[in-house]
Amino acid sequence: MAKILMCGNEVIGEAAVHAGCTFYAGYPITPQNELTHYMSFRMQEAGGTFIQAESELAAINLVLGASAAGARAMTSSSSPGISLKQEGISYMAACQLPAVIVNMMRGGPGLGNIAPSQADYFQATRGGGHGDYRTMVLAPSTVEEAWNLTQLAFDLADEYRNPVMILGDGILGQMMEPVEVVRRHLNGRNAVSSHKPWALTGCKGRKPNVVRSLFLGEGELEELNRIMQMKYNKIKSKEPRFESLYTEDSDLVVVAYGTTSRIVRSAISKARHEHLHVGMFRPVTLWPFPEAQLQKLARKSKAFLVVEMSAGQMLDDVKLSILGQRPIHFHGRAGGGVPTEEAIIEAIKDILKPKSRKRVYA
Amino acid sequence: MGKITIDRNACKGCGLCAINCPEKLIIIDESMNVRGVHPAKFTETDPEKCKGCKMCAIMCPEVCIEVYK
Amino acid sequence: MKKVFERPASLRAVPTHYCSGCGHSIVHRLVCEVIDELGIREDVIAVCPVGCAVIAYEYWDFDCSEAPHGRTPCVATGIKRVHPDKVVFSYQGDGDLAAIGTAEIIHTANRGENITVFFINNGVYGMTNGQMAPTTLIGQKTSTSIHGRDITRDGYPMKMSELLSQLPGAKYIERVSVDNPANVLKTRAAIKKALKCQMEGKGFSLVEILSPCPTYWGLSPKDACRRIEDEMSKAFPLGVIKDA
Repeated sequence: MAKILMCGNEVIGEAAVHAGCTFYAGYPITPQNELTHYMSFRMQEAGGTFIQAESELAAINLVLGASAAGARAMTSSSSPGISLKQEGISYMAACQLPAVIVNMMRGGPGLGNIAPSQADYFQATRGGGHGDYRTMVLAPSTVEEAWNLTQLAFDLADEYRNPVMILGDGILGQMMEPVEVVRRHLNGRNAVSSHKPWALTGCKGRKPNVVRSLFLGEGELEELNRIMQMKYNKIKSKEPRFESLYTEDSDLVVVAYGTTSRIVRSAISKARHEHLHVGMFRPVTLWPFPEAQLQKLARKSKAFLVVEMSAGQMLDDVKLSILGQRPIHFHGRAGGGVPTEEAIIEAIKDILKPKSRKRVYA
Repeated sequence: MGKITIDRNACKGCGLCAINCPEKLIIIDESMNVRGVHPAKFTETDPEKCKGCKMCAIMCPEVCIEVYK
Repeated sequence: MKKVFERPASLRAVPTHYCSGCGHSIVHRLVCEVIDELGIREDVIAVCPVGCAVIAYEYWDFDCSEAPHGRTPCVATGIKRVHPDKVVFSYQGDGDLAAIGTAEIIHTANRGENITVFFINNGVYGMTNGQMAPTTLIGQKTSTSIHGRDITRDGYPMKMSELLSQLPGAKYIERVSVDNPANVLKTRAAIKKALKCQMEGKGFSLVEILSPCPTYWGLSPKDACRRIEDEMSKAFPLGVIKDA
């Protein structure tokens, strides 16, 4: 099939339609508006529902309702808006409702700016709202990958009955790249059957269903949490995804995801021309973090460098994976700054050839 | 001619049935029920006055009154 | 003799958690009576609020969802848009609808969502120990207005039904009460009319129900009902507010 040019935000919308999404609610915020624009007409064309909500709070709860009713539903926003959605995400995790939530991150904290950023990593991977829950987090680095991961997100959400987040930034959202518009069934997963026995459809021929997150009876909430943690453990063992580049013979492994991994990729290719033994490890799922796979690299590689558009958030997960076995260095820019190829190459050289250079990264 | 039955142990003793009975045929019992409240009680003195008008049941929050006519 | 009044089939035969003389249980029953009368139990999906009525699904024998506090109409909208052939209603208290969920109810009504809202107005937050609500009357003592609601400090009781009636999307709005048998029957009729408004595809319908909270009004159930007649229905006049 021929490839067409689309921007990341629109691709996520079209991929959602292909994945059977029939409900979208959103509220304007930059840099994800193209997705809301796209869904406003595309949902209608596809026979679904589009609602421009009065707030992010309303949008996530419209999605909660649609999901409870059994539909594949999606909302999108950017950092401050995602903060508002956290209430609903926590409820959906507790109610065990699937949904896909897109966060095209922008610089923070506060209103911040609209520059690319990866500063919502903690919020995305640690649950984000109140209570012991997690959302699966998928971090595409290209438009093509956004196409694939969006469709996977709907399948994973239904399979585990849990919200799944797609984490990108303004660069990914607004950049145009070629994409092949075809329904993917990744990992042999077919579109999960539309059979959702728990959904609210009217109690014809069955006992009434209840979608709830309040459990006042003694031990009831503890039991729910136990079930959720079992589910999360299954996700942790089955679903980590990552990409390795030149890690076989690398003294230094650079860890980066999303947009940053694109810059790291080209920095590494230049560094290897200079005969520096450097590779890249790119987590595709940020939660579950590909901990075991990264841990394995610690046996061969001498050091790690984490590059992020934040003050150091994924850095913590890398530390938790490496467990002090190797030195871990960090190069990050917060507040909308984007690491440059030159700065990354310099950081690589500082680590691999510290004696010949003035500055040593701690 | 009507009749009511009151689920004595479901009653929370709010008395809304008693105050809305046009014939004042419902009293609040002096003895307590299993909830520890004084429940409503249908009169024993002149039950034939009950017309089965349902006013008591319409007001009863606990749906513990059934009406016969 | 024939039985002429019994528990509606869609109201489960279990004791409620409500206080003695609480209006919630009366309204729960009325909703079930109407659902049974219309024969729609298998087509109904209810959304329960955060507040005293949060576990209404323990009593209602049909599909129900909880909703985060105030987002009740959003959840109901999401369900209704997915299942336009079902009868979807939200059941909300005054804290849920008139405080934390003000934006949601206004925009749901303004979009003319074809759902029904049952709005229980008892002027206090019952679940959390009787704090002042947006609908608390001037001078009314609550746990956060111990000297009485003071307009210079707390503002005025909010007339949500009148406010919502200004929106073209709202088709039927009526305020009723459950303080005496005649008013309970009017409430039943309003609930039926509102659900039929939805079933006929007319658009947003809301029934505001003035409801006694003897516990946090510090009154006997009898005096609480009298207060609705003497004070509350003066500030919140009963009747059809909009029938378009």
